[in-house]
Amino acid sequence: MSFDPIVVKKDFPLLEREINGRSIVYLDSANTSQKPRQVIDAMSRFTETSYAPINRSAYQLAAESTDAFEAARAAVRRFINAPKVQEVIFTKNATEALNLVAQSWGVANLRAGDAILLTHMEHHANIVPWHMLAAERGVELRWVPLTADGLLDLTNLPTLLDGAKIFSFTAMSNVLGTLTPVRQLVDAAHAAGAIAIVDGCQYVPHNPTDVQAWGADFVAFSSHKLCGPSGIGVLWGRETLLEEMPPFLGGGNMIADVRLDGFSCAELPAKFEAGTPAITEAVGMHAAISYLSSLGMDNVRAHEVEVTTYAIDKLKTRYGDDITIHGPVDPAVRGATLSFKFKDVHPHDVSQVLDQSNVCVRAGHHCAKPLMKLLGANATARASFYIYNSTADADALADALANAGDLFGF
Amino acid sequence: MPGLEDLYREIILDHYRSPRNRGELAPPAVRAEGHNPLCGDEIQVYLDVKDGIVTDIKIGGQGCSISQSSASMMSAAVKGKPIAEIRNLVRRFKNMMSIEEDDESTPPLDESKPLGDLEALRGVVKFPVRIKCATLAWNTLLDGLDQSI
Ligand SMILES: Cc1ncc(COP(=O)(O)O)c(C=O)c1O
Repeated sequence: MSFDPIVVKKDFPLLEREINGRSIVYLDSANTSQKPRQVIDAMSRFTETSYAPINRSAYQLAAESTDAFEAARAAVRRFINAPKVQEVIFTKNATEALNLVAQSWGVANLRAGDAILLTHMEHHANIVPWHMLAAERGVELRWVPLTADGLLDLTNLPTLLDGAKIFSFTAMSNVLGTLTPVRQLVDAAHAAGAIAIVDGCQYVPHNPTDVQAWGADFVAFSSHKLCGPSGIGVLWGRETLLEEMPPFLGGGNMIADVRLDGFSCAELPAKFEAGTPAITEAVGMHAAISYLSSLGMDNVRAHEVEVTTYAIDKLKTRYGDDITIHGPVDPAVRGATLSFKFKDVHPHDVSQVLDQSNVCVRAGHHCAKPLMKLLGANATARASFYIYNSTADADALADALANAGDLFGF
Repeated sequence: MPGLEDLYREIILDHYRSPRNRGELAPPAVRAEGHNPLCGDEIQVYLDVKDGIVTDIKIGGQGCSISQSSASMMSAAVKGKPIAEIRNLVRRFKNMMSIEEDDESTPPLDESKPLGDLEALRGVVKFPVRIKCATLAWNTLLDGLDQSI
């Protein structure tokens, strides 16, 4: 059973706000999502009644706090169908999760002459950690190219994977909206003897996720893009790999023993969770996952296919060749993230003019400069839709764009 | 909220549509390059400097209406001027963009001359996100002047 985005929107207090007497059309959820009342309330309730340190003290309050934190971990496990709860590592965000894999698994396993395969559509969070590792280890970085319509060009995949130890790729592009064939890429990586790392930052908030069906080795994502708070993210990893890996950050919570001459690590997941974690944020993320699950992730995806289809059609019908939408046009292989070029108006100016109608879109390089170079642009404007966006928001975008055309008089 | 007319003044759009002093200068002209890391805009400023005077200036790169028109107006304002006067103008422009000076040893600002077309950019201050767009060319110019010594 599907849901009504207009009803969903009522759960989001911020989206009730008006600026200059007009409601807000929030089309920047690929950047970060808004938060429903259920998440805000869960966090305040926890702060007011149960907040205390976790894993450290014997009193009841601390036990309650620890239980709430671990319940969040269990909820994440179910949400992504991970086999084991101890495979769910809480990090600061997806960026930290990817750095963790690079600095721990990467440093332990890569030698000079090895290769890492990435794609041409990665976010900087899935590029820079590998550049850092490559510089440190004398490792070669390779790139899967793109086709003209913004899909991965897999023609030479086996060659690119030859000698690679890591294949790290996004399940969905934050610029083009492209959904990648995760299972196929994972299988190709494994056939070549490489591990497969999936950047799930854009995918997980918008689609049903099953890490076992993917067969991946690591998956990273952030809470703030799935209606949860910022400050917490997830690294899921196979237990066998996580067990073998050296720790990432050192400090409290991640140790079994510390002596003057050394230390030993705690069991998973604590081994990778040094220091006091984002406790209240874990509770908030749990509430966000429950919220999304009650809508149903299949329904979320179905809704986004519907809005995307409508928005692309609307913009194309109204503006024809004056608008170029980057990435695939077929909603079956893309998410609800639309980067576009409007006439010759610079994206910064587009978003400035749209802001006058309270239409919030991102303008910039979207932390994907290699991809922008390929598109031949320094920047694009990007409208991204989520559960609280209806077709009316696509109409508002189309209407507001007319002002940009008028003002710049092209 | 300030209106778009505060930002997109006609004179700004004019400089955006017909930018002055576009192009390159061959070495030994100085070449300075600037980036706006926020939006990916790039700019190149080429300077011919003779006897302490910027005898020619050219602007390359691409960017939004604010960064491009600011660069265009800047090129028109500094061409043929002595470096000391240009440095004074850069400080006045940044002042107008409400950027505080961090060096207290600088001489007092000379504000005797009118700013001319540059006045049109005053409205940018009401759109704080765009201040970086407006100052990109000016910071790049400073870089070029430093190189020319
Ligand atoms: C595809 C992708 N990967 C990684 C990230 C980084 O996420 P975070 O900033 O939450 O670490 C983002 C966020 O924009 C993203 O879109």
